[in-house]
Amino acid sequence: MQFTGRRRKLTVHPQNELYGHCLQLYGQPPLENISLSEFETFAVERLKLLKTVENLGVSFVKMSEQYSKKLHAEISGLNFPFRPEVDESSLSKSQAGPSEYEKRRKDHISHFILRLAYCQTEDLRRWFIQQEMDLFRHRFTDLLPKYKTEFLHRNNLKYDTMSLEEKKKLSDQLINSSYGLSGATIVEQDFYKVPFQDALDLVRTRKVFLQGGYAYIPHQDIVTIVLNDFRTRLSKALALTARSLPAVQSDERLQPLLNHLSHAYVGQDYSIQKNIGKVSLEQIDALSAKSFPLCMRQLHKALRDSHHLRHGGRMQYGLFLKGIGLTLEQALQFWRSEFIRGKVDADKFDKAYAYSIRHMFGKEGKRTDYTPYSCMKVILSNPPSQGDYHGCPFRHSDPELLKQKLQSYKLSPSGIIQILDLVKGMHYQLACQKYFELTHNIEDAGFSLNHPNQYFMESQKLLSGGKDIKKEVEMPQKVQENAAANGASVQPQPNTTQAEEEMGDLDSYFLDE
Amino acid sequence: MSTSDYDPACLPDLLPLYYRRLFPFSQYYRWLSYGGVTKNYFLNREFSFTLKDDIYVRYQSFSTQNELEKEMQKMNPYKIDIGAVYSHRPSQHNTVKSGTFQALEKELVFDIDMTDYDDVRSCCSAADICSKCWTLMTIAIRILDRALRDDFGFQHLLWVYSGRRGVHCWVCDEAARKLSVAARSAVAEYLSLVKGGEETVKKVVLSDPIHPFISQSLSVVERYFPQYALVGQDLLSSKESVDKVLSLLPEDILCHSLHDLLNLYQTEKNPLKRWDKLKAVVHHKRATSKKGGQYFEKEIMLQYCYPRLDVNVSKGVNHLLKSPFSVHPKTGRISVPIDLRNLDKFDPFEVPTISLICEELDKPRAGEEEEDDTKDKENETDPGERRKIRDYKRTSLAKYIKMFDQFLDAMARSRKGEMLKKSDLQKEF
Ligand code: SF4
Ligand SMILES: [Zn+2]
Repeated sequence: MQFTGRRRKLTVHPQNELYGHCLQLYGQPPLENISLSEFETFAVERLKLLKTVENLGVSFVKMSEQYSKKLHAEISGLNFPFRPEVDESSLSKSQAGPSEYEKRRKDHISHFILRLAYCQTEDLRRWFIQQEMDLFRHRFTDLLPKYKTEFLHRNNLKYDTMSLEEKKKLSDQLINSSYGLSGATIVEQDFYKVPFQDALDLVRTRKVFLQGGYAYIPHQDIVTIVLNDFRTRLSKALALTARSLPAVQSDERLQPLLNHLSHAYVGQDYSIQKNIGKVSLEQIDALSAKSFPLCMRQLHKALRDSHHLRHGGRMQYGLFLKGIGLTLEQALQFWRSEFIRGKVDADKFDKAYAYSIRHMFGKEGKRTDYTPYSCMKVILSNPPSQGDYHGCPFRHSDPELLKQKLQSYKLSPSGIIQILDLVKGMHYQLACQKYFELTHNIEDAGFSLNHPNQYFMESQKLLSGGKDIKKEVEMPQKVQENAAANGASVQPQPNTTQAEEEMGDLDSYFLDE
Repeated sequence: MSTSDYDPACLPDLLPLYYRRLFPFSQYYRWLSYGGVTKNYFLNREFSFTLKDDIYVRYQSFSTQNELEKEMQKMNPYKIDIGAVYSHRPSQHNTVKSGTFQALEKELVFDIDMTDYDDVRSCCSAADICSKCWTLMTIAIRILDRALRDDFGFQHLLWVYSGRRGVHCWVCDEAARKLSVAARSAVAEYLSLVKGGEETVKKVVLSDPIHPFISQSLSVVERYFPQYALVGQDLLSSKESVDKVLSLLPEDILCHSLHDLLNLYQTEKNPLKRWDKLKAVVHHKRATSKKGGQYFEKEIMLQYCYPRLDVNVSKGVNHLLKSPFSVHPKTGRISVPIDLRNLDKFDPFEVPTISLICEELDKPRAGEEEEDDTKDKENETDPGERRKIRDYKRTSLAKYIKMFDQFLDAMARSRKGEMLKKSDLQKEF
């Protein structure tokens, strides 16, 4: 990569059109050549940003004041663009870090690099789209109205609007469908009419008026439609990128880097167990009281009491048990012995349930080896309904019941208050961590909880004095990945000879059609 | 009407007769072909059969009505499930490259099962139902049917009795069949008000403003609540059930007015009046307390009556659901369409069982020579088909098949309308 090249670009601004707004829909892949070291820095920093987006989304209500403040800080800290205006002084290199133009360029390029890393599997794509959407939502919402309009304009986003008569006719319904609307604001605001499929987030939460298959969206909620556009484009683009993957995979400089990047997103997945077969079925009752997080303890108790669990519970608990080291044979025996004490006879068990247990271990169907659910997954997806015991008790139980349960587990009243406070602030994982500390009699858990199996391992480590399992758990490589992904200040250490190497045109990896 | 007596042991003997002479294959095929508009729509549809001894065979598919008919008559399934339309023939799913075999389309379906109401029914539990709690299904159908039509704009909804303790809804509009997983789950969540599992007491929480969908649903619930819940389910008659209702009130209101509330329980015996007084006490207290509780009566009514959906069934494109006109092996009842124009009269215990209709077949024909409308059809249908029509017309299944026919006719009409619109558009240019 020649620096002269970039300097020339800087003065001529051939991509001025591309970077004219601080937010973009990433329609065009970057056309310039970039160095391997820049490639890596950009990618790692965007990944940090997306990790933060994910973490904030669990700890705070999305788009709440705190959420926005923290995300804003992270964006500016990592030198991603957030200023809508580019004053001339910031175009020329100043002392105060990279210019706005450079930030926008970084936003652009880093997004496309992660596309390469995250297009490879369904799971990765889903994760990437989710975080990019949350990031986009925040950034769009942050814009002043004038820049929102400019953004719509620039990207040619046009939507049908309601006439005044229509608005007047439906005014009661419109007022009752969104927050903060009144007769007057309805007249003032534009309302967009889109097929309900294009406003699923508003439909899901019942925050929009629906009639005859159309959603009537006030301008204040236009981010939803824009976001929907963004999602559609991104998921199409990722599918296309996935098709050009063979080219990327044959590039032996890129390939390890991309793999490394895409592995960083989940942290440890607890599916590959070194301690397989180290737990006996007789131990489970005792372990459930000592070392299971509340969610699993609740499932275990429900299973023992009613000799049955519904699908959601079987998945959440079954995979957790697999994660703590039960073998397939043990798991089959465990579930069978419990179920046949209930309404299911052995024959029925073998026909109806054994399959799904083998499935969990990757022995049936698509043979995918399912990984135990992370806290995020337990907390965010598939909430329990009638007859269900799964989910996260900190998130899905009535605070009153949670309190009683904690009391029955003999937690101190002051501890219970602390936990309930965290629950109220929606810090479910922190509440769980507090519970860990209180039940293990330690001041500080010394880890940040994000997985029920992690809870179990940390508990076992403490209770058994710590040394023996630890060595196997963390491999040096993982440590670095996690540190990078968690936002610790580990800078990538590009090999100096490689650093000068040129990456070639990035856009060659992005198919047009 | 003597024989609703059904003995599960006879099922193996009755099924062959049912599939040979009564099952409405031609309507069924007509339904799932959807006018033949999309190529291979029927061909790529998954069926799954549950055979004797719970043997479960997935990924069945058939190229023609004839093949479906032959296969069903050969296998005599105890239960038939319908799955998605796939990218390839389901019967060949093992031969296509992994990852390319994908579920593309399916009706948007809803499954409402009485067992999900166990915490709010006092008359029965688990798989049992009675005419009292069946009202819950009536309410569910009214609420969902309205919303799916008015709010989501769907027109072709087939409501079916599951054969035992619940109802299914098949939304068959083209737009519904093409919905993504995300869209299906958004629709299902829009329609779900009762939230939380065994660890949640208060399952309905309303907040300002009350969305038009909720107001509409409430007006349905309010119509049934006094008679169904207060009188039928004795909602406020025992100490226990009153406590359960009180546990849904906000804590501060409870603390302040517990005395009044208990008093009311002693002085007033009429359940309807108890409810009115309960409302009055709470409203009075609310005026003096800070916040919360302004919607408590609505929340209680919804918690006790609002439809409880199995969201997971609606979400998945590839989720299987019991087919209309299959037999419920436990009760022997046929899974029949429900007539919404007479919804309040629908009685699950009057739905014909397989034993009943098979028996009706054997009865001597009481001079019921052809009604007019079969005559014109006779010229176009082959003799076997004709005989089958004659057969089911002699049984109690007839009126349900007629309903199904009407449903299919309506779909055909709107397909035709669509096509005319399209060709008109083309002419304009
Ligand atoms: S925070 Fe995680 S480990 Fe703790 S109870 Fe919730 S899901 Fe389980
Ligand atoms: Zn009942």
